[in-house]
Amino acid sequence: MTSALVSTDVLVIGGGLAGERCAIEAAVAGHDVLILSLVPPRRSHSCAAQGGMQAALGNCVKAEGDNPTMHFLDTVRGSDWGADQEVARIFAEEAPVAVRELAHLGVPWTRVRGGKNSYVIKGKRVEIDERLENDGLIMHRDFGGTAKWRACYAAAATGHAALYAIDSEVVRLGINVRDRTEVVQLIHDGSRCWGAVVRCLRTGKHFSVVAKATVIATGGYGRIYGQYTTNATINEGMGAVIALNTGLVPLGNMEAVQFHPTALAPSNILVTEGCRGDGAYLLDKDLHRFMVDAEPEKQELASRDVVSRHMKQRMRDGKGVDTPYGPHLWLDLRHLGEAHLTTKLREVSEICRDFAGLNPAHDLIPVQPTQHYSMGGVRVNKDGQAYNMAGLFAAGEAACWDMHGFNRLGGNSLAETVVAGRIVGRRVAEFVADTSLDVQTSLAFAAKDSAERRAAEWLDRSGTGPSVYAIRDAMGETMMSKVGIFRTGEELEEAVAEITFLLADCDKAVLRSKVPGMNPELSFALRLKGMLRLALVTAKGALLRTESRGAHYRSDYPLRNDADWLSRTLVRWPLDASEPEFSYEPVGEIDLPPGHRGYGSDERIEMRESLDQYNDGVYERQGKNGRLPTREAPGARLRRGEWKEQI
Amino acid sequence: MTTNGSGAARRLRFEIFRYNPEDSDSEPHMQSYELDEAPYMSLYIALNQIRETQDPSLQFDFACRSAICGSCGMLVNGRPALGCRTLTSDLPDVVRLHPLPVFKLIGDLSVDTGTWFREMVEKSEAWIHAKEDFDPQAEEVRMDDNLAQAIYEGERCIECGCCVASCGVANVNANFTGPAGLNRIARFMMDPRDSRTDEDWFDVVASDHGVFACLGMMACEDVCPKELPLLEVHAYLRRRMLAARFMDKKD
Repeated sequence: MTSALVSTDVLVIGGGLAGERCAIEAAVAGHDVLILSLVPPRRSHSCAAQGGMQAALGNCVKAEGDNPTMHFLDTVRGSDWGADQEVARIFAEEAPVAVRELAHLGVPWTRVRGGKNSYVIKGKRVEIDERLENDGLIMHRDFGGTAKWRACYAAAATGHAALYAIDSEVVRLGINVRDRTEVVQLIHDGSRCWGAVVRCLRTGKHFSVVAKATVIATGGYGRIYGQYTTNATINEGMGAVIALNTGLVPLGNMEAVQFHPTALAPSNILVTEGCRGDGAYLLDKDLHRFMVDAEPEKQELASRDVVSRHMKQRMRDGKGVDTPYGPHLWLDLRHLGEAHLTTKLREVSEICRDFAGLNPAHDLIPVQPTQHYSMGGVRVNKDGQAYNMAGLFAAGEAACWDMHGFNRLGGNSLAETVVAGRIVGRRVAEFVADTSLDVQTSLAFAAKDSAERRAAEWLDRSGTGPSVYAIRDAMGETMMSKVGIFRTGEELEEAVAEITFLLADCDKAVLRSKVPGMNPELSFALRLKGMLRLALVTAKGALLRTESRGAHYRSDYPLRNDADWLSRTLVRWPLDASEPEFSYEPVGEIDLPPGHRGYGSDERIEMRESLDQYNDGVYERQGKNGRLPTREAPGARLRRGEWKEQI
Repeated sequence: MTTNGSGAARRLRFEIFRYNPEDSDSEPHMQSYELDEAPYMSLYIALNQIRETQDPSLQFDFACRSAICGSCGMLVNGRPALGCRTLTSDLPDVVRLHPLPVFKLIGDLSVDTGTWFREMVEKSEAWIHAKEDFDPQAEEVRMDDNLAQAIYEGERCIECGCCVASCGVANVNANFTGPAGLNRIARFMMDPRDSRTDEDWFDVVASDHGVFACLGMMACEDVCPKELPLLEVHAYLRRRMLAARFMDKKD
């Protein structure tokens, strides 16, 4: 029996890598921590990350000379200059420590084998002598958009191994976890967050958790693209929804949606970028390696936004393989050899066998670009503190911290989870140490009442009306076909209109089942309106941004426009407003000046003002948008200009 | 896709165990549904179709739908399996689905594996017992890649519970560590980062609920979706424990 009111120092919403790492940091500092998770934590979607975790250890020959500065610069270029550069720098500097900490906690990282090694690099098999003095250090593999081999990996189950190590630490520390629970609403007083209302997914009952600090670590929201996502069924974005529903906390860059080049067709199960990192080819229906023509320098290893666009274009040009499920291209792993495929890419071989009946040692693998990652999320400052709401934090994919800008590099998200977990967790611990639980329980009970009313209202509806699943499917079709890889103003306007219509439909939808308990249909219905709101702010943000940057590509505005759009989109949905409100803030203080990424188009519209002019007003303008003070001075960790001596 | 003699898609009958403990009117029973088979249809696709078009009250668990999260263990025609990677084309016309035994039932096909595995991790202290504190300034401790691969082999367990459900001992002895638990112990036992000695392990592994409680039926290895070499794991543990207690005592 759950009591109606629970209290804790720190409430962590989400039991994936970011949430659990954050929880560890707060627990080690002596605070009482409660983790809520939709599923047992080891089943969180972090477990599905395959190919690697970026950290500039520089351990193998192809990584020689690597350092955190190069990682920082690659990350900013990958983001198409949309990232907060100070956050990208903090991240790159802490990533090696986070990866080594995981080794300490038991992750069986693949290690350097001193002596002769055989690799496939840019279409050629090469022999490289790994230094004997580096034998046994953590190995790297190549990934897209990086100057060096940098991704640390455990075969093709890096996320799984990392999550088990971190969750073991959670258990060791005795941190309380409640699985099969879902947060449905934040408890707040208009400027300070005091916990959340929770619905138990075993019983369907609601309870309140009051907390000094609340952390949203709920991952991405790929399921607003319906079935057109590599994401798990549980990635429905409720973390972003509860923040948006405060009417105060902005979400950042929601139109920045990553499409992964290689999802298995037609099931959309992820096939890691590590395949191409290890030398796999992309082929069209004529078995032509089109990426060599498209990107002579990086070939298959340009950034994901660039590769996905080339793939989509190739299929538009009639070079895809036609099937009843639509066209796809081929991923060719055959030349990597059986031994490599059953060790370093073991999980890929299993997925191909189990879900497509194929053996990548002999068969071509059907792939297509599919929604994969949410660069956008709850907008936070460098401490992970949400804009406009003290005591509310966010970390990992759920957050817009914002080290990814408009395109995330492969392997940077898995690294972000543990790095942000460490950093934000520390800030949460400091915040909690300085505060007491001065909350009126009436606030918690009122929030719980309103959550219970919403559930009751669904159960009270009768008569005929659309099914919640039909609305979800329509949302997914609209998002993939009109808010996808190539976007146009016309299609985005249609998408906004269609989702607005679906939002109205959602108010008329009727449940087919009213069984007591968790009631799976009711559980989904309670998420649907929030998912539609996320879809709407994504589509509308994409419509308003009349330029192309990273994964946001407007066929009608094909250039990156640093004169007008070197900015981060912020969106709030004021209470009782029929529409969301958009505003824009500077991306942050800029160190690496905007330029060519090294792949993709070199055409762009240059900044009008000087960098100094841009940088001068950054923090004031962010402050006007709700950015709260940080522990260290803003910009302190950027150390402008230092990178020039470090590459 | 399997077809019948005429080449048309099969009509599948699903007989599914139903019971909702939160509903005082609910009694355990089997309920039938029919569905037209489609190409590449997995139980993930089939069960969602049944829920969305026929019976929205049906409870089951899926998350990653790519055989890595371990959420969707269930009995498929009596045999534990992951629903997401079970294709209907490999099944007969009638598919009987039950929740995994051993674990507490949440409703219909949904069971509480989370609590069981957390208790297992707590009991066997399935985490690295580090020899020293983590030093953020230090280079990582080296490890031979062959050893890393050997540890990784055991690390691949996704805690779906299929082995536990298939185990004759686990079904009658609630305290049995179970194949997944023993696999995890073996994984830490071979890890040089862990400071525990064979003597430390002896009480956990060689107790009435440890490896010697196993009757050697090895259904666990037959049903493991990750094809973990559980037979080898059991043999390794027995060898290590016998050696620890009897060989080292000779002097």
